[in-house]
Amino acid sequence: MILTGAEIIVETLIEQGCKTVFGYPGGFVLNIYDELYKRSDRIRHVITAHEQGAAHAADGYARVSGDVGVVIATSGPGVTNLITGIATAHLDSVPLVAITGNVPLSMLGRDSFQEVDTTGITMPITKHNYIVKSAKDLAKTIREAIRIAKSGRPGPVLIDVPKDVQLQTCEYLPSEKEQPDAYPRADAAVIEDIVQLIRESKRPYIYSGGGVIMADAAAEVMRLAEMIDAPIGFSMMGLSAVPGDFRYNLGMTGMHGRYASTKANAEADLVLAVGVRFSDRATGKKSKYSQHAKIVHIDIDPAEINKNINAYLGVSADIKSTLSAVIEKLTPERRPEWMAEVEKYRKEEASCAPRDDSLNPKVLISHVQKYTDVNTIIATDVGQHQMWTAQNYCHKRPRRFLTSGGLGTMGYGMGAAIGGSVAAGGERTVLFTGDGSFGMNLTELATAVSNQLPIVVIVMNNGVLGMVRQWQTLFYDKRYSQTTLGRKTDFVKLAEAFGAHGFRISELSHLDEVLEKAFSLNSPVVIDCLIDQDEFVFPMIPPGGSIDDIIVKQG
Amino acid sequence: MKKGQFILGVIVTNHFGVLTRVSGLFSRRGYNIDSLNVGETEDPTLSRMTIIVTGDDYIESQIVKQLSKLQDVKKVELLPADEAVIREHLLIKVRVTNETRTQITEAVNIFRAKVIDFTAEAMTVEVTGETTKLDAFIEYVKNFGIIEMCRAGALAVYRGTKSL
Repeated sequence: MILTGAEIIVETLIEQGCKTVFGYPGGFVLNIYDELYKRSDRIRHVITAHEQGAAHAADGYARVSGDVGVVIATSGPGVTNLITGIATAHLDSVPLVAITGNVPLSMLGRDSFQEVDTTGITMPITKHNYIVKSAKDLAKTIREAIRIAKSGRPGPVLIDVPKDVQLQTCEYLPSEKEQPDAYPRADAAVIEDIVQLIRESKRPYIYSGGGVIMADAAAEVMRLAEMIDAPIGFSMMGLSAVPGDFRYNLGMTGMHGRYASTKANAEADLVLAVGVRFSDRATGKKSKYSQHAKIVHIDIDPAEINKNINAYLGVSADIKSTLSAVIEKLTPERRPEWMAEVEKYRKEEASCAPRDDSLNPKVLISHVQKYTDVNTIIATDVGQHQMWTAQNYCHKRPRRFLTSGGLGTMGYGMGAAIGGSVAAGGERTVLFTGDGSFGMNLTELATAVSNQLPIVVIVMNNGVLGMVRQWQTLFYDKRYSQTTLGRKTDFVKLAEAFGAHGFRISELSHLDEVLEKAFSLNSPVVIDCLIDQDEFVFPMIPPGGSIDDIIVKQG
Repeated sequence: MKKGQFILGVIVTNHFGVLTRVSGLFSRRGYNIDSLNVGETEDPTLSRMTIIVTGDDYIESQIVKQLSKLQDVKKVELLPADEAVIREHLLIKVRVTNETRTQITEAVNIFRAKVIDFTAEAMTVEVTGETTKLDAFIEYVKNFGIIEMCRAGALAVYRGTKSL
């Protein structure tokens, strides 16, 4: 059938199984929005308050659903507002497709109204990008973009469509849903090498990352841990892969990792690193990282092997099939000495736990935990609250934890919570945020209210930019430059102004009463939780340090 | 080839913007391009780049892997200098006088170069060869006065029947 470019865009998205898109209309996407309007029974569009929120929402949608998240924005400022969201998805390997409008072909390159060099700006933060100059290339490009976004190591892809291309007409033929490219499998000899290294190891440790969630390999990681008595530590991106109470789960490792996890990582003689990229936040000083260990690095992206850490054995292959092949060759191996050692680390960790008689972050998180279930989506912003959540929230299943790992984007959480909740059919979502991060994109409360999403926003309000303040305390001799906010924002009134519910908690004794109320509501709630400005995130390994430099508690 | 230099043969799709993608990758990862040459191949949908880079083993392996991740890059190979034929191209305009004309012409002959433009005051010479040969020619004519020069990036193909 003969369709316009704008019709082809929307039809191709529907054809590819896209049920919800996020975005914001504007001059050079009017035609696309017109077609969305006509097809609103087949595809839902969620308008956010700002394009950045839309990009984060599409990102949250993708992380929860495991499918591609789609965001639409107009040219110029629409595009530049997407940038932080695209870069966030890029660093966390999230499959995202951004469709942007642009000025007509004849106006390109003339500094026309609302023109920016979209493909130029987004080139370094996308897996690939396109400017489509003819409507006949549109369907093919959208399908290819979806395939690229999902294949191998996922990532964002952008398609820029000048306005006149949206108006051109051409033949459109529906097609099948795109499948990701086949995943490379490890050779039998490599499997044999891994098995041999495991057999020789006395202290194996599994370092599990976001790639495990993407490869749907959580069951294999757990099975491997049980087979060989290997504790599992996680990068922040990998946290939700394995239930928090699984007996081999030591939690996050690295700069703000749990003590037992980081310690076991450092003491291991074999690190089985799966779906990780050895971020500096996870390794600390590279020369001292797991220096007693042979490192086996399994990742889908060949460029990650030996990029940050030299692997004893690098395997660029699909994690799921590689691990199941390894498991098949193994017989259960018990390592009682290593298990006892790990148990000792856990005890040392427990002895450093903070007091639980005040409204401190750990207590707050453990109380909120009581009101969540296996389907609840947990989102965070960036800073201290993010680390507290990463350290203390007991995850129950993969694809339910939304946090900006690589880019560390303050303001990520509100959009991500919206997208995540929408992806799971309006699922209960908790956003842990700080007063600093929340301030960045709190306008998205409007979106949550319009869509009546059951999002509980827990603002850990300490009146300061806590993480920066912590560094200023530790490394800048308490010169609190621009981190004491002194704002007079009333988050309860603010919530009400947006049409949400607002509560404030200043004492532990009120916590349950308020949480009870908040979680009984089926609409957005903001809970302003007043915490101490000098609560620190511990343990902490100072930047460029190693396990020898770990600070486990305050003072 | 200078010490620490390596040669990359890269087949890319013949699109606008591909050069930016490749050069952008180098700059954002902090790798230096010594020279880059790009042109169409026998298949008009593909172009071939020859890129000369200085770097250590780490950069060498990262560059190949990172380039391979670009959607427009179809093939990347490191061409070992001893298995490749490498040619550079130089156009150089030298000042001439009645006294120096013979000397320069002699050099042109010895270097098996070619005079491609000639006036009473200037001679433009085309030199093709390996980097060291071009360097030697430039060094020799420097004293006569170089008016301007223009040097293209190296081209490299495998020796024998092997190809990218």
